[in-house]
Amino acid sequence: MSVLSTPRSAVRLASKGTPLREHVFRIALLSSLVIALGFLLMLLIYVLEEGWPRIDATLWENMPSIRRPETAGIQSGIIGTLWIIGLTALMALPTGVLAAIYLEEYADRTKWYNRVIELNISNLAAVPSIVYGILGLGIIARWLDFGFTVMTGAITISLLVLPIVIISAREAIRAVPPSIREGSLALGATQWQTIYRQVLPSAVPGIATGSILALSRAIGEAAPFLMLGAATLVRFNPEGVWSSFTVLPLQIYSFISQSREEFHILASAAIVVLLAILLLMNSVAIWLRNRYQKRW
Amino acid sequence: MTSGQRRLSAAAMAALAVAFAAGCGGSPSTGSEGTSSAAPAEGSALTGEVKVDGSSTVAPLTQAASELFGEEQAQVKVPVATSGTGGGFEKFCNGETDISNASRPIKDEEKAICDTKGIKFSELTVATDALTVVVPKENTWATCLTTDQLKKMWEPAAEGKVKTWKDVDAKFPAEELKLYGPGTDSGTFDYFTDEINGEEGASRKDYSPSENDNDIVTGVQGAKGGLGYFGFTYFEENADKLTAVQIDSGKGCVSPSVETAQDGTYAPLSRALFLYPSAASLKRPEVAAFLDYYVANINAIAKDAKYIPLNPEQEAKLKSDLTSLKSQAG
Repeated sequence: MSVLSTPRSAVRLASKGTPLREHVFRIALLSSLVIALGFLLMLLIYVLEEGWPRIDATLWENMPSIRRPETAGIQSGIIGTLWIIGLTALMALPTGVLAAIYLEEYADRTKWYNRVIELNISNLAAVPSIVYGILGLGIIARWLDFGFTVMTGAITISLLVLPIVIISAREAIRAVPPSIREGSLALGATQWQTIYRQVLPSAVPGIATGSILALSRAIGEAAPFLMLGAATLVRFNPEGVWSSFTVLPLQIYSFISQSREEFHILASAAIVVLLAILLLMNSVAIWLRNRYQKRW
Repeated sequence: MTSGQRRLSAAAMAALAVAFAAGCGGSPSTGSEGTSSAAPAEGSALTGEVKVDGSSTVAPLTQAASELFGEEQAQVKVPVATSGTGGGFEKFCNGETDISNASRPIKDEEKAICDTKGIKFSELTVATDALTVVVPKENTWATCLTTDQLKKMWEPAAEGKVKTWKDVDAKFPAEELKLYGPGTDSGTFDYFTDEINGEEGASRKDYSPSENDNDIVTGVQGAKGGLGYFGFTYFEENADKLTAVQIDSGKGCVSPSVETAQDGTYAPLSRALFLYPSAASLKRPEVAAFLDYYVANINAIAKDAKYIPLNPEQEAKLKSDLTSLKSQAG
């Protein structure tokens, strides 16, 4: 029924409204899109053009070097970033999803403390990342005595993305129709069985998409690492979670502040690598969503 | 590292390996560039990590030392961070780093913090810098500035009042004065304000501060009445874009250069760059080896990183300083 009524009402709307208004509205919508994409395209063209001479195998085969900028690479930054993101995914995703399940499926919203928790999670998502850097430095690096290691970095970034993971996982869980839950419960399943066998599998695409977008945001962070005192010149890959490390955004930051032109080219090439990793992660998110999406 | 940490670490590594295999397919290689072919130099190959933090002015020198040292002792890791001189001392006095880079001597209050934490250290002068005052190429009037004129531009009282070059000296044109300088966390800022304005940290606030010296280059280059200051290395890299102002501290105009900085005639803006090794860390063989290498090859490293090398007396003093330091540490 709805399928039939939609085009008819659209036709009626179009014939009633003044054509000029329609055009203005469409142009406004389109130009918003062009502005958003245009800037991204400009940035892409700019960094590609400037970084092009250095986008070759030496970029990921070599370590950064202050002495030979023309052959310096960013291997320690790439591997460091992968370590941080990998560990963050391991820590933040399960915690975030479990917290979201509690809030959506178990929490009694009439209780004041559950509302306080919900409000605070939304607030936490808006806290500037440098604040998490201060938290990481004060509590994880110093008080827990984890030092300036991969572990400290990963925990800090986990805390940073956790609110976003929780919020997106909650949205995904909420999108599962109540009839699915009711059907499962009516057939005699317990609440846990309903969540585990019905709700979660249906919510996986949404959870995965949200989580990957949250991790993508974390990949570009430099501020918390600056606060944590991660080194800018690291000529070795991390060997474990207690190793020193650097990440790509920090390397880019330090290259840009060098005086020699070769470093600026290197910075552009590193930005291209960072964008490529981001794009790859986002494509995985889209693929996951399409692969597992269910229509009710 | 406690045994609890190690167990946690093993578990996390195993899990991470799975995540990597699933995530990116390719295995992260652990080989590092150019070091595998070079056999460790005579003597035993050391392992471990020498943590360095501090001034971003000194960092490239220590980074060059770290790279060259890596060719001899490939297993010793020397990560160099750049939290600024003040930020570096904060971590150093908390026992978190082994060596602190500094573009000014340690302050008394920083020393007091080190004392309460039981961190003993010493000061080594590793290179010389000439703080260079720059103007754009179009500026034809300011070839030489006296320290009084600089003070007139930069002192806190100038804020909102000294707006054009004419306000500095009646002989100058009425071009708008645009000031660029490093931010307040920088040792360069501390040194400049101390020498020119007579009080560390006292500066007018209505200038464009930046931690990135490239911003100062771009800013000064783009404004006819622009003026900024930074380390000599930075000026050398940008000598085609900017003019270095001669400084007159009462004994005539002196240009910043390798020679005038080394013999101290470029006063008061030539300064020493420092390294602060912790006495406790020096007992570790890898820290001692790194420092030995650094000091033994100091002028080659300085040249390589385009710093102003020490003059022979300073070099001799640095070497004897390190010897006495090591004999104290035992």
